[in-house]
Amino acid sequence: MRKLALPDEVLLSIDKSARYIGGEMNSVMKSKDAVNVRFAMCFPDVYEIGMSHLGIQILYHMLNIREDVWCERVYSPWTDLDAVMREKGISLFALESQDPVREFDFLGITLQYEMCYTNVLQILDLSGIPLMAVERSEKDPIVIGGGPCTYNPEPLADFFDLFYIGEGETSYYALLDLYKENRAAGGRREDFLRKAAGVPGIYVPSLYEASYHQNGTLADFKPLCAETPARICKQVQVDEARLFYPDAPVVPFLKVTQDRVVLEIQRGCIRGCRFCQAGMVYRPLRERNLDYLKGLASKMLDNTGYEEISLSSLSSSDYRQLYPLITHLIEDCGQKRVNISLPSLRIDAFSLDVMRKVQDVKKSSLTFAPEAGTQRLRDVINKGLTEEQILEGAAQAFHGGWNKVKLYFMMGLPTETEEDRMGIAHLSEAIAKRYYEEVPKEKRNGKVQITASASFFVPKPFTPFQWAGMYTKEEYLRRAHQVNDEFRTQLNRKSMHFQYHEADVTVLEGVLARGDRRVGAVIQEAYRLGCLYDSWSDYFDNVKWMQAFANTGISPEFYTLREREENELFPWDFIDIGVTRKFLRREWERAMAAEVTPNCREACSGCGAAVFQGGICHEN
Amino acid sequence: MKIRIRFAKTGHMRYVGHLDLMRYFQKALRRAEIDVQYSQGFSPHQIMSFASPLGIGLTSEGEYMDIEVNSVMSSQKMTDCINQAMTEGVQVLSCRRLAAEGKTNAMALIAAADYEVRFRRGYAPFETEEQMTEQWRAFIGQPHICILKKTKKSETEMDIRPLILEDQVESSVFRLKLAAGSSQNLKPETVMEAFAQFCSHALSPYALDIHRLDMYARMENGFCALETLGEEIYE
Repeated sequence: MRKLALPDEVLLSIDKSARYIGGEMNSVMKSKDAVNVRFAMCFPDVYEIGMSHLGIQILYHMLNIREDVWCERVYSPWTDLDAVMREKGISLFALESQDPVREFDFLGITLQYEMCYTNVLQILDLSGIPLMAVERSEKDPIVIGGGPCTYNPEPLADFFDLFYIGEGETSYYALLDLYKENRAAGGRREDFLRKAAGVPGIYVPSLYEASYHQNGTLADFKPLCAETPARICKQVQVDEARLFYPDAPVVPFLKVTQDRVVLEIQRGCIRGCRFCQAGMVYRPLRERNLDYLKGLASKMLDNTGYEEISLSSLSSSDYRQLYPLITHLIEDCGQKRVNISLPSLRIDAFSLDVMRKVQDVKKSSLTFAPEAGTQRLRDVINKGLTEEQILEGAAQAFHGGWNKVKLYFMMGLPTETEEDRMGIAHLSEAIAKRYYEEVPKEKRNGKVQITASASFFVPKPFTPFQWAGMYTKEEYLRRAHQVNDEFRTQLNRKSMHFQYHEADVTVLEGVLARGDRRVGAVIQEAYRLGCLYDSWSDYFDNVKWMQAFANTGISPEFYTLREREENELFPWDFIDIGVTRKFLRREWERAMAAEVTPNCREACSGCGAAVFQGGICHEN
Repeated sequence: MKIRIRFAKTGHMRYVGHLDLMRYFQKALRRAEIDVQYSQGFSPHQIMSFASPLGIGLTSEGEYMDIEVNSVMSSQKMTDCINQAMTEGVQVLSCRRLAAEGKTNAMALIAAADYEVRFRRGYAPFETEEQMTEQWRAFIGQPHICILKKTKKSETEMDIRPLILEDQVESSVFRLKLAAGSSQNLKPETVMEAFAQFCSHALSPYALDIHRLDMYARMENGFCALETLGEEIYE
């Protein structure tokens, strides 16, 4: 029988102890003596969140295919266990073997959102691994980061030995082979790191140096020695046959956030929304083959026993085989009694028809993401959705029996005016009005229910808005209150609900997203002061974060409020994502002129992603 | 057709709670391609019920689940099929057919359960085994064992002695047959707490290692293991 790292007394005293026991269906057990490399793959958030993440399942599968590697999973202990581990001196362990993470060769940490950064330090701390990479010894695992936040890894540069920039499929095997070779040759940790810097996509932060101008902006960023590459190229797998996908994903015991089979139908996005980082860094768009997806869906359902399947992509409506795929799934899944959960689709006759087939109309709601309240601002952000399309889609849906609508907006977008903010209330009102116009009284299923949610915009690296300034917490709240007041003057106010995101988290996310190496000290200080689970509103403690800024003498405003100069050197500029800075700047200028740029299918705008020799750029 | 499945829950699976175990079996039966019947309605679910939930931290070799199926295979084949879809820590011990007529549902029939209870190492509040056995005799020899039962609103006194149906202590292992079911249910933890209190000892919440052995229905001729109410299916 598998041993457990935590004693019974601990497992019985904490909430949801099934988070820590491993042994789930399709989890991989190997003998540690029969492998050469032990890899701990960590999602630095609680189990239910981390287990819902597709990327980890892909990498877990990809690494475990190799006989010489055993990849295991690690998640953040919840606050109750965190306290017990510190009190009793229990070391963080991997779920499969229940062995301490400290004993592994690699600790891989996926960085999916900025607000997990203190959890990264918790993982290192509870594992007994020095927080600072320079303090690590031969005994410590190589700590490697991956995921979307590595497109600006600099705030975390001090804590990681390596970052993997891009898709894991291309370079992981080479990196592991290099590790084995180095060890066999009696090489040391520093030898491995130096050699790893030569593997495509691998960034070794300790081999680079940043210097700053008097005004605080980056003056120079360069490798310390000549053989280290000055630019790191994002890794993209354009050969569809070599995109790994697990046909037997791990099935958790606990009900997790994404408790279903997830089918990735494409990578990348054609849309080019100017606020969206994923839309730029995952270019070019690569669609998966329809027959392959049909077979994969069936295999995954058989191997997991899941009763639900959902589709994953950045914009599913753009998948050209969506109609045959969904038709097939409805037929096949109906026989297998599997439910289909649809991603947010563009609302049109087809999607409404499909939704009616797979959802209970009375219970489900429709989602629109206009993102901005006026057409002008939607043109600025290049969101190709017009008011007419939204109203027409809503009207069709109301006729189909729906009466719940969710709307997503952003506030604080570049060039936003009072009129744009009022537009959020006015667009919501127009939709509500449309319901009462379209649906005669006797056919109404009660009132229309409109929920408008607004988040505050955070500019991200490698987007056309990477130059944009942000606002203070007070200004965000002033704007939100303004919108809220406008909602209250609308005729259909009783059918509408307006809610908005927390403003202090936004400001902090802004610092971490576009921060440089100096920001690492703030993260470490915030962690020391007790910050953890910052993405959980119950745990986020802005006072401690502000204290951390004060203690380290770092100004959050420097990173948020300023609109950056056209030629300012950014901390992430050493990364080459294919999409060029020139293109991003052109898009910024078009945004300022409220000019729309066509999507990749309509016309190529020469973003630079064609360099990867695959995907949509080379379809014809 | 109704099928009664007896299974064991051990090892790390004792930390998987009842609701999660139900979800686990729903997926496992699909993986095993068992032809389970689904309920009607907009969100059909497998027709499945459990005799009695097992508390977190407890192990068992006498858990029961009743399912309805559209087609059958032999008991042996069904057991093998489901066991191939299991993870470590859950093992199906038997699959048996229940009579189509009459009251057969395990949840409704259960009247008693057998437990093996041990003190974990270092947690027994007694100097010697003899002392423990002697104290137990005195405890169980009382005509009434009254405990305070806490409900949401109030505390009521309750005599648990009549719910302790059989008892035995041997080599520091307590074997208890306790009343179980919806009308009268007694948990082994409750008995041991009352025992500790009787001996003027405080009982740590982690002191006990509890293993359920089997569950019973009350029939005319006494208690019958729930398993015996079903019949073996042959090819």
